[in-house]
Amino acid sequence: MTWLTGNWPQVLELLVGHLVLTVPAVGLSVLLALPLGRLAWRLPRVGGPLLAAATLLYAVPALPLLIVIPVLIGTPLRSSATMIAALTVYGVALLVRSVVDGFGAVDRGVRDAAVAVGHSPTGMLWRVDLPLALPVILAGVRVVTVSTVGLVTIGALIGVPSLGSLLTDGFQRGIVAEVVTGVVVTVALALILDAALVLAGKALTPWAARRARGPVVVSR
Amino acid sequence: MIEFEHVAKHYPDGTVAVRDFSLTVPSHRCVVLLGSSGSGKTTLLRMVNRMVDPTGGRVLIDDADVRDSDPVALRRSIGYVLQSGGLLPHRTVADNVATVPLLTGATRRAARSRALELLGRVGLDESLAQRYPAQLSGGQQQRVGVARALAADPNILLMDEPFGAVDPLVRRELQDELLRLQSDLGKTILFVTHDVDEAFRLGDEVIVLRPQAEIAQRGTSVEILAQPADDFVRGFIGADRGRRSLRLATSGGRQVAVDLEGHAVGILE
Amino acid sequence: MSLLSEAWAWLAVEGRWSGPAGIPARTAQHLAVTGVAVLLGAVVAVPAGILVGHARRGAGWVAALMGGARAVPSLGLLTLFGLWLGIGVEAPLLTLAVLAVPSLLAGVYSGFLAIDEAIPQAARAVGLSPGQVVVLVELPLALPVIVGGLRAATLQVVATATLAAYTSDYGLGRYLFAGLKTRDYAQMLAGSLIVIALALALELLLAALQRAARRVADPAHTSDPSGRRPSRKDHP
Repeated sequence: MTWLTGNWPQVLELLVGHLVLTVPAVGLSVLLALPLGRLAWRLPRVGGPLLAAATLLYAVPALPLLIVIPVLIGTPLRSSATMIAALTVYGVALLVRSVVDGFGAVDRGVRDAAVAVGHSPTGMLWRVDLPLALPVILAGVRVVTVSTVGLVTIGALIGVPSLGSLLTDGFQRGIVAEVVTGVVVTVALALILDAALVLAGKALTPWAARRARGPVVVSR
Repeated sequence: MIEFEHVAKHYPDGTVAVRDFSLTVPSHRCVVLLGSSGSGKTTLLRMVNRMVDPTGGRVLIDDADVRDSDPVALRRSIGYVLQSGGLLPHRTVADNVATVPLLTGATRRAARSRALELLGRVGLDESLAQRYPAQLSGGQQQRVGVARALAADPNILLMDEPFGAVDPLVRRELQDELLRLQSDLGKTILFVTHDVDEAFRLGDEVIVLRPQAEIAQRGTSVEILAQPADDFVRGFIGADRGRRSLRLATSGGRQVAVDLEGHAVGILE
Repeated sequence: MSLLSEAWAWLAVEGRWSGPAGIPARTAQHLAVTGVAVLLGAVVAVPAGILVGHARRGAGWVAALMGGARAVPSLGLLTLFGLWLGIGVEAPLLTLAVLAVPSLLAGVYSGFLAIDEAIPQAARAVGLSPGQVVVLVELPLALPVIVGGLRAATLQVVATATLAAYTSDYGLGRYLFAGLKTRDYAQMLAGSLIVIALALALELLLAALQRAARRVADPAHTSDPSGRRPSRKDHP
């Protein structure tokens, strides 16, 4: 605790740095995974190989990926761009599957009925498929967000500042309190972002909550 | 008026859903396609609103080939009811009923008042308007499905086994409701079912289908019961098992109709 | 692309492929530490998973454990244990074993839970003892999901084992950290490529193992063929 009282401005600064890496990475992952997942769902012939590739990408270890990425896209090693690119690779690899699952979970009868009453293809996407796939996609976004917060710490090893810097710095200087602070604040950040997503999900899918609570009324 | 002119539906894998089907559904009448699964009845229904395009022949609505109309606009102009309502689970009851008016650009206020009016028309209380479909009973969901189909005031209603997922008592209630609505509104209804009793109860005309949508017999329920065309029809409507044959018995001075197995089915007034 | 050819050249240097600091020796270390860690994790996770899975209770606990574990940064555990246990192989080994537990536990647990409840009940009804129900009925049926958990755990451990070199001189990660320290990009790139190749090879091997397990559990191929595994990602 005494370590934290003396160093909280530094912790705060690293926390902000951590967020500045996490939020764009998760946002980019969602933006890329949605069209890719939609494509994979509509064209299983593309979807099969795409999902297999996503599974393989997900298996690539993070630190080696951070080192390979500059060679592939020409960013400097010690940069947020490299960091965000690597995090996005994992985010997309995981989310594409969620998006495919989400669209796949939409009831066929509901889709048929929506087409039958005259939804256009774009109307289907925005008014039917996307809202109904949302719970599953959101579950994926939660997993991606929490793991991204954890993964950002690895960046400290190549010199990109984040809460991970508390872990490396604390280890090298032998300050247990600093490492513990790093772990606790990272976990807290992950759980807070996760809780925020749960709340956002509740606000966005009121039908799901009411279904659980609402009484079934027998016809009059 | 809906006309099927020698329509056929062959799938690329060689399956034939419909071989060669012709039929005229006159305006303001309820025609029932009666067949078991695989008879192509749903395929025929979906040809009318272009959910399925025939690989041969054509479908006309009031003498216009449906293929010349935009499918989305066509679907908005035709009411469609399917099993368990096919309601959008993420929209309230009122929004579900107002789906088509909202899609075609009605104001929210107009669409909403129309939705409330329709809920009353299909026998649902306005207090249900803000609920989600999952909070309604099966019968109520089905009524909402009918209300949604009526929202754009279409001339044609397509009904695909709409009452198949509810229990027999509620089904009976919904059939009565449909008959009442039909006597008020006089829509052109094409109704698909595998339930013989439902077909006979609702259809001004009943089309009995064999596999691949071959017409086994068409006529009123009376005609089909009186003169089944062949053993297939006799078997399908249950005439061969004595279920449709009744005789009179007397009990306590009243005449009771019983079937051939001796089960009472009604009283002769 | 010149970096790639430099990495290639680094790999081709004589002596790189032999001796105690050579690539084969370090790969063997890497795999050994991975294997031992997964084994240690399994000693804890498998019995625990069987207990909660057989009882079909504790869904909330397992979900909370998975969620919580996902939030803990592996680098944090590694550095904490490193400060506590010093620079030997013990700290990374303990970290990796701890990291393997949630995926393994979730695999066993969800594998048991995915079995139609009527099947173990029927097995009990025809006279199998609880132990026989577990061994003869539940474990074989749950096998594909259990192997899925093993796959997730192993991949996470093999990836995190790269970080072991941060607190001890162990495994393939050594090339990465040595390269980082001396700004020898060729060396760290070459090391990275070896680690990636190793991870992908393990992934393909375990995926094949999972398919084989699926054939054991479902010889008639009645269930969903998509290759599912419990997902978790915070490995380096």
